[in-house]
Amino acid sequence: MGLTRRPKVRASGPTKIKNGINPKVAAVESPLFEAKGLLKQFPGVLAVDDVSFSVGKGEIHALLGENGAGKSTLVKMIYGVLRPDVGSMKMSGAQYAPARPSDARASGVGMVFQHFSLFEALTVGENVALGMNKAPKAKELNARIREVSEAYGLPLDPTRLVGELSVGERQRIEIVRSLLQNPQLLIMDEPTSVLTPQEVETLFGTLRKLSDEGVAILYISHKLDEIRSLCQAATILRGGKLISTCDPREETAKSLAEMMIGRELAAPQQVDWSHGASRLTIERLSVASDEQFGVDLKEVNIDLRAGDILGIGGVAGNGQDELLDILSGETRVRADGILLNGKPIGQLGPNQRRALGLCASPEERLGHAAAPDLSLTDNVVLTARVRASLTRSGFIKRRAAGDFARSVVERFGVKTPSADVAAKSLSGGNLQKFVVGREIMQKPDVFIVSQPTWGVDAGAAEIIRGAIRDMAKAGAAVMVISQDLDELMEISTLFSVIADGRVSFPVPAGDMTIEQIGVLMGGQTDANVEEVSYAEA
Amino acid sequence: MLRLELRKEPSRAMVWLTPVLAVVMTMLAGMILFQQLGYDPIETIRLIFVQPFFDPYSRSELLVKGTPLVLIAMGLSLGFRAGVWNIGAEGQFIIGGLCGGAMGLAFYDVPGLWLLPLMAAAGAAGGFFWAMIPAVLKIKFNANEILVSLMLVYVAELLLSAMVSGPLRDPDGFNFPESRLFHDSAILPLLIPGTRAHVGVLVALGAVVIGYVLLQRHMFGYQIKLFGQAPRAAKFAGFSQGRLIAVCLGISGALAGLAGMFETSGPVGQLVPSLPVGYGFTAIIVAFLGRLHPIGILFAGAVMALTYIGGEAAQIGMNLPAAAINVFQGMLLFFLLGMDILVNYRVRLRRRVA
Repeated sequence: MGLTRRPKVRASGPTKIKNGINPKVAAVESPLFEAKGLLKQFPGVLAVDDVSFSVGKGEIHALLGENGAGKSTLVKMIYGVLRPDVGSMKMSGAQYAPARPSDARASGVGMVFQHFSLFEALTVGENVALGMNKAPKAKELNARIREVSEAYGLPLDPTRLVGELSVGERQRIEIVRSLLQNPQLLIMDEPTSVLTPQEVETLFGTLRKLSDEGVAILYISHKLDEIRSLCQAATILRGGKLISTCDPREETAKSLAEMMIGRELAAPQQVDWSHGASRLTIERLSVASDEQFGVDLKEVNIDLRAGDILGIGGVAGNGQDELLDILSGETRVRADGILLNGKPIGQLGPNQRRALGLCASPEERLGHAAAPDLSLTDNVVLTARVRASLTRSGFIKRRAAGDFARSVVERFGVKTPSADVAAKSLSGGNLQKFVVGREIMQKPDVFIVSQPTWGVDAGAAEIIRGAIRDMAKAGAAVMVISQDLDELMEISTLFSVIADGRVSFPVPAGDMTIEQIGVLMGGQTDANVEEVSYAEA
Repeated sequence: MLRLELRKEPSRAMVWLTPVLAVVMTMLAGMILFQQLGYDPIETIRLIFVQPFFDPYSRSELLVKGTPLVLIAMGLSLGFRAGVWNIGAEGQFIIGGLCGGAMGLAFYDVPGLWLLPLMAAAGAAGGFFWAMIPAVLKIKFNANEILVSLMLVYVAELLLSAMVSGPLRDPDGFNFPESRLFHDSAILPLLIPGTRAHVGVLVALGAVVIGYVLLQRHMFGYQIKLFGQAPRAAKFAGFSQGRLIAVCLGISGALAGLAGMFETSGPVGQLVPSLPVGYGFTAIIVAFLGRLHPIGILFAGAVMALTYIGGEAAQIGMNLPAAAINVFQGMLLFFLLGMDILVNYRVRLRRRVA
C-alpha cells in the first residue's frame, strides 16, 4: 500500500524548539509513529484490515471514516486497549507493542476519549491523579496542573469539583491529564463534538501550539471543515481498510466525504414550509431538577406548529436531558404546563403521551432508548406497543412486533443479521438508525429527538433527515436537540439555543449567524467571558 | 497464560451449560471436603446423588421436597429478574403456614371440601402481606428490601413459636408447643398413596407453566426483564417501578406462603416451631441454578431436593454432619455464580507476547 508523505508546510505561527530538535526538520526525517499491516478480527467482523500509516513529529494527522470504519479499534490498538492480531507498530523507530494503556502512556502516547472517564464528586486534581501512572503529591500536582493549563490556554482550577464544570472544561481536564505525562503522540477522539464554536477555536489554538512544540496529534473527527483547517495529513478508512492518505488542505469537504462513504453525496433540498395548527405548547414552565448535578429548566416557552422543525442547539449538559425528560413524560410536570394538540399532558406518563401522539427519542441509545440485552423485536415493544398495537389483552403479538422491527430495519438501512439479535450487538450508528426509525415509523404528531444522527454515517443521516422533513411536511411538529450545529442549520426551520436551562426564543433558522449562536450557547457566565478572551489572546 | 476475552454476544450454550458445570464442580469440591473430613468421597457422592433414585420412598420424597423449592423459587425468580431481591421467602413461608394452619384449626373438625382452598387462600394471603412490608418500605422510604425481608424471617419464626406456645397450642398436648393435628378435611390429599407426595406437586407444576407463559409472552414478563436489564429504558417505556416492586414481592410472597401452607397441611400435618427447614433460603439457590427460567427451576428444584434427601441418607448412613451438607449446598451457588463468567467471556489459552 503506497503511503504518500507530504512535506509539512505551515503558513504562520512561531516555531518553538523543544529539546533542541526542530520538529519541522525532524518530521521530514523519520516518522514518530509508524503502523504496519495492523489487523484486528472480532467474531464475525474484520474491524481493521491491514492498515499501515505513519505520523510525523508535530504533525496533526486526521483519522477519517464512517461509523464502523474501524477508527476506534485502530486507536484502541495504538493506546494499548486492544492488541492487534497481526501487524506491528513503532514509536521513534523502536518496536512498540503496548499491552495496556499504562504501557502506552509510558511510551509517550496519550489519549483523550470522546466520553470522559471522570468522577463528578471528586476535584479536578484528584481526577487527574487517578489517570496517571505515577501521580505526584496533591500540592505538587495542582501546581503542575495550573502551570500546564495556563501554558496551553486551558484555564482550569484543580480544586474545583468536576460535577460543577461544563463539558468543555471537563475535556480540558482530560487534555491536561494527558499533557502532564509529556506525550509525543496525543490521540483525540471527536474532541469538538461537545464544544461551542468559541471553545473549538481555543482548542485548535492549543493543538497548534502543541504541534509547534513537536507533539504529534492523531485527530479523529467527522467534521470535514475542521479537519481541513487543522490537519496536515489525513488517513481515510472505510470498512476497516485504508482507502487513502492525503493532504486534507488540498481536498474539498465533498471529496473527503466521498472518499469516506465511497460514493457521491446528494445535496440537501430546500423546501417551502407552511405553518399549521398548534401541535405542542409549553408555557412558562420551570422545573427544578432532582439530580445532584442536574440542570433546572427555567421559564421554558415553546410553541410548535404543524410543519415546524425546531432545532435546539447548545453545549451538552445545559438542560437538554431535562428538557427531553419533561417532554417524553419521564419527568411529570403540572398538567397545563405542556399542551399536545391543545390537550394538557403535563401529568401523563410516557405511554399515555405516545397514545396521544407524542413520541420521543432520547440521546442515550443503550440503556435508555433501547434495552441492551433485548432483541430488536422486543425493543420495538418498548415504545411502539400502543401506536402500532403490538399487544392484545396484555400479551405481546410477536409476529406483529417482528414485522414492525423488520420494517424499521428495512426502511432505515439498519445493518443486522436479523431482528432477533440483541440491541447491544448493533454498532452505535446502526442502533441509532433503529431507535430513531422506530419512533418515526409510529407517525407521531409531535416528535422530540435528541442527537438524531449522532455517530450515524452520512448516507443513513440523509435517510433520517429526509424522514424528519417528510414528517413535518405531512403535518407533524419536530423538535431536534443536537450539538451538531451544521446539522441543525441544515434541517431546522426554527432555531433556538438552550443554555443553563433557558431556551432562547425560536427564530427562523436562516436569520442567525454561527457567531450569534456561539454567543448564545455560551450563556452569560464569567467563565465564558474568560474563554473568549483566551481565544482572542 | 489464561486470559478472559469478552464475547460479542453472551453464549447461549453456556447459559445452560454452566449450571451443569457448577454441579460437577460442586461434586468434585464436595469430594475433597468429604475426604478431608475423613469420609469415603466416592461413596458419599454416590449416596447423595445416585442412591435416592433406586429407592421408591426416596423418589417420592423428591416430589415432597421439590414442591416447596420450585414453588418458592418460581416466585423469587420473577423479582430477581427485575432486580427486586426478596431474601425473606423463608419468613413468608412460615407466615403462610401459620395463616393456613390457623384457618384449618379455626374450623377444627368441620368436614368439607371448601376448607383446603380456604386454607390455601389464607396461606397465600399471609405470605403476600408479609412480603408487602418490605415492598411498602422500599417504595415509600427506599428501604433496602434485602435487609427488611431477611429480618422479617426471624420475626416470623418468633411469631410462629409464640402462636404455637399460646393461642394455637393443642389443649390436650401436655403443654408441648404444638398445635392440634389437623383433621382430615384440612390435610392435603395424597398424589401417590403410601407416600408423602401430595397434590401440591400439581400446583407447583401449574405455577411453572403460568410463570413460563407470563415471562415469554406477556407484558408483565416484559416489564420484569426490562427493569432488570435497563431501569431507565423501563421508565422511558412508561412502566412504574413502584408497582413492579409491589407485584414482584407480592407474587413471591404469596407463592412462598402457599408453599408454607402445603408443608403444614401436607407432610407435617400440624403447626410446630420446627416448620421452617430452610426451603425459603434454598429456593434462592434453586432460582439461580435454574437460570431464573421456569423450566430450569423445575430441574434445579429436583437437584436441590436430591441433595436434601441424599444428604439425610448420608447423615444417617455415614454419620456425616448436617453442616457438611449445608456447606455442600452452598458450594453449588458459589460455583454457579463463579461459572457465570463463561457466559459473557471465553477463556483463551495464550502465550505471553514478548
